Amino acid sequence: MITAIAIMALGAVVLGAALGYASIKFKVEGDPLVEKIEAILPQTQCGQCGYPGCRPYAEAINKGEADINLCPPGGAEGVQRLADLLGREVKPLDAEEKPKAIAFIDEQTCIGCTLCIQACPVDAIVGAAKQMHTIVPELCTGCELCVPPCPVECISMEPIGENLDNWKWKYPVIELKKVA
Amino acid sequence: MTHYLFILLGAVLVNNVVLVKILGLCPFMGVSKKLETAFGMGAATTFVLTVATGASYVIDHYLLMPFGLEYLRTLSFIVTIAAIVQLTEMVIQKTSPVLHQVLGIYLPLITTNCAVLGVPLLNVANGNDFVESLLFGAGSAIGFSLVLVLFAGIRERIEGADVPVHFRGVAIAMITAGLMSLAFMGFAGLDKYQ
Amino acid sequence: MLQLFKFKGGVKPQTNKTQSVGEPIGVAPLPSRLFVPLHQSIGGTPRPLVAAGERVLKGQLIGGADGWISAAVHAPTSGTVRAVAEHVAAHPSGLTTLSVEIEPDGRDEWIERTPIDHGALAPERVRERLREAGVVGLGGAVFPTHGKLTASKTVPMEELVINGAECEPYITCDDLLMRERAEEIVRGVGVFRDLLQPKRVLIGIEDNKPEAVAALQAAAAKLGENFAVVAVPTRYPAGGAKQLIRVLTGKEVPSTKRSTDLGVQCFNVATAYTAWRAVAHGEPVVSRIVTLTGNVERPRNWEALLGTPLAEFVALGGPKPDTDGYLMGGPMMGFAMPTMDAPLVKATNCIIASSPALFPPKAPEMPCIRCGECAKVCPHELQPFELYWFARAKNFGKTQEYHIFDCIECGCCSFVCPSRIPLVQYFRFAKSEIWAREKEKNAADQAKARFEWKTAREEREKAEKAEKLAKAAAAQAAKKAAEAAAAAAGEAAPAPAAAEAATNVPAATNPPLDAEAAKKAAIAAALERARAQRAAVEPKNVDRLTPAQQKDIAEVDARRQQAGIEAPPTAPEESQP
Repeated sequence: MITAIAIMALGAVVLGAALGYASIKFKVEGDPLVEKIEAILPQTQCGQCGYPGCRPYAEAINKGEADINLCPPGGAEGVQRLADLLGREVKPLDAEEKPKAIAFIDEQTCIGCTLCIQACPVDAIVGAAKQMHTIVPELCTGCELCVPPCPVECISMEPIGENLDNWKWKYPVIELKKVA
Repeated sequence: MTHYLFILLGAVLVNNVVLVKILGLCPFMGVSKKLETAFGMGAATTFVLTVATGASYVIDHYLLMPFGLEYLRTLSFIVTIAAIVQLTEMVIQKTSPVLHQVLGIYLPLITTNCAVLGVPLLNVANGNDFVESLLFGAGSAIGFSLVLVLFAGIRERIEGADVPVHFRGVAIAMITAGLMSLAFMGFAGLDKYQ
Repeated sequence: MLQLFKFKGGVKPQTNKTQSVGEPIGVAPLPSRLFVPLHQSIGGTPRPLVAAGERVLKGQLIGGADGWISAAVHAPTSGTVRAVAEHVAAHPSGLTTLSVEIEPDGRDEWIERTPIDHGALAPERVRERLREAGVVGLGGAVFPTHGKLTASKTVPMEELVINGAECEPYITCDDLLMRERAEEIVRGVGVFRDLLQPKRVLIGIEDNKPEAVAALQAAAAKLGENFAVVAVPTRYPAGGAKQLIRVLTGKEVPSTKRSTDLGVQCFNVATAYTAWRAVAHGEPVVSRIVTLTGNVERPRNWEALLGTPLAEFVALGGPKPDTDGYLMGGPMMGFAMPTMDAPLVKATNCIIASSPALFPPKAPEMPCIRCGECAKVCPHELQPFELYWFARAKNFGKTQEYHIFDCIECGCCSFVCPSRIPLVQYFRFAKSEIWAREKEKNAADQAKARFEWKTAREEREKAEKAEKLAKAAAAQAAKKAAEAAAAAAGEAAPAPAAAEAATNVPAATNPPLDAEAAKKAAIAAALERARAQRAAVEPKNVDRLTPAQQKDIAEVDARRQQAGIEAPPTAPEESQP
């Protein structure tokens, strides 16, 4: 009986020492995975996930605090890619998926308050105090963060329709034979 | 010498740990969706299994048997395996964080992988000596990795196939595994020429 | 005799070229309206230079090239601009593009044309002229020609390949052009030759066009040019640039490289023709030869103005009653024109009227049986069945592993597929999805960079503000402490103000009750001043200034102080008693 306990204790001490040494030797600093997660996120910095930007959301996913289906701009496809990267189950998006849109300032109504300029996370709004503002469409990510601060409600989200630049060949569909 | 070769080859093909002995099915179904994760899991399991067979042989012969403590075999094997798995996990986390994240829960689960416990126990049951134990362990591990990678390759292609709706996912994977198992039965004929 | 090489794969479809070569090139009558899209070539979209109501002359610039890789667009005839608006494009999507609508006045009046002597001008000027004249590759890719006419600095230019292969069935526009205007083609090739200085010039023509070969040989001989006019075996797609280069030079262009890296450049014969017109006649590209064939009464080649609506163009051929659509391009690579309003553009080499008899509807797609026929015929040695498998499963990463971007969409695989799978459509789908993703990724990266900049800027501004506030507070505290010290020294009375102001100074925690305490307060104030001074020096980029700059700064500070804009950094000194 005593031998058994001694042997098991010996084993425990040896293994414990080995593991303890390894945990110091192979200590991981930082987390390169966050970068990979962040690369998938659309970088709209919209905060619709409940985190103040894409990076904090990526960190939260990495820590397991946040689910992978909270990013509406990333869409179902973003969820799919996150699931692939992290080996998690694909979940339906936790919000409605909206068509891609960019902000548009009605220049007649704009009073030049600069509130939207401060709200824009990517500096896509040009203007100065008491001057008319406008959106640089190429830079707008469609995060909608500029819409609520506007005191005169002159900002609207204009969906980007299909045009020759973003037109895509469609998935070939097998046409069913018409039954005449 | 040929004796060792037969042990190795037999463990890889004839007595394949997954498809013939039906051990270690959990990672076989769980981590075979992508080829690269299958490679990672195969490598991790190969390492753990080989080291575990060696370590358990040493423990069994020099610690347990001299004191007549064979009844502690399962317990001490599991403890050893758990420690080795922990070690492997730390190494992988350091060297390949993505693989670590992708393997996810399956990596610590190598601890409870029945193949990893089963092979050392089979070693004891077969009365293998140290070299035989190591070869049997390595062979089983290579066999495991082999079928895992084969299976992952097949599953990647099945992704693109027109599988009837009700068979999609795990169902078709099970059927595939069954067919692979049948195919591996064919290796049983190898021992005719032993 | 030049040794010819072979390219892998390829097919031999029915050529169907004889129908449209019976008659010479006809000049299409002026249409009632022209819709000239501004974006007709690869590269930047030209800016519109005219407004509605303006009168334009034939050859007048209506769209200025935007960026170096972009080609100008000109009015195809004289008339009045009716609108600069969105109009349906010659594109499979049927979407619109910014176009200039011109109502011809019937006079077809040219703008002043100035020929140039390309031999006497610097090569840059010649390239500039081609860019202004809107000369683009007329073989189908519509890449601005001037962009291809700069010889590589590292690789010596060995061969100039001129593409007159015209391998697609039905199309005969290059054939007729070579027969009738061989001399101008040869002269145009001469311009390219002078710009690129290749060791030899090879003109490749499929051997089913003996008249064109003879005409070009005669023209080259007449002009004393040593161009090798070579008949190459008829096999689709011998007219693909990489295939023709392979056949004529034996060089195989790797997927990661361009032909110029191997010292080869390739142009279409029609491009050479338009280049010559632009150089020697000052005529920009306003028309092109278009084959009108298929299910029409009078198949023929027409020299048609760019922007001619499809409906008016096809009327020239008299479409048969059972015509059910029009293809732009050949039957292998072409696409169905979306509407009858779509205009002819620089890329339009052929219009084929289709009918159920001519192009019977395809039988339904069957499963892939992995027979490998597609891999046998693929001129780029890809594995279409693998590409198909992954494109269908939307596994785009895998399609890229199988080199989907080497696919030239020639249609050989679809042509031979026994299961009638529209392989090329799957590849186009996968390619455009991958492109879209790439674009999104770039946009996301840009957004991220901008977001990080903005965050960094805000942090910096915050820090600067805090520093300024601290400085002002310190100055205030020092001032009060000094005042208190002075008061204490004079009256030897408690100075609660000093204690209050300098609460962060340890010496001032005890209320100064006598002169000694006042002295302490004075010391504390001095310490505080020193600290404030240190803080004042802190702003970066002022530590290595020349005396002149320092003087300037001092002056500015003085002015600011006078204007009372901000607390001057020298405030503590002034408060000294």
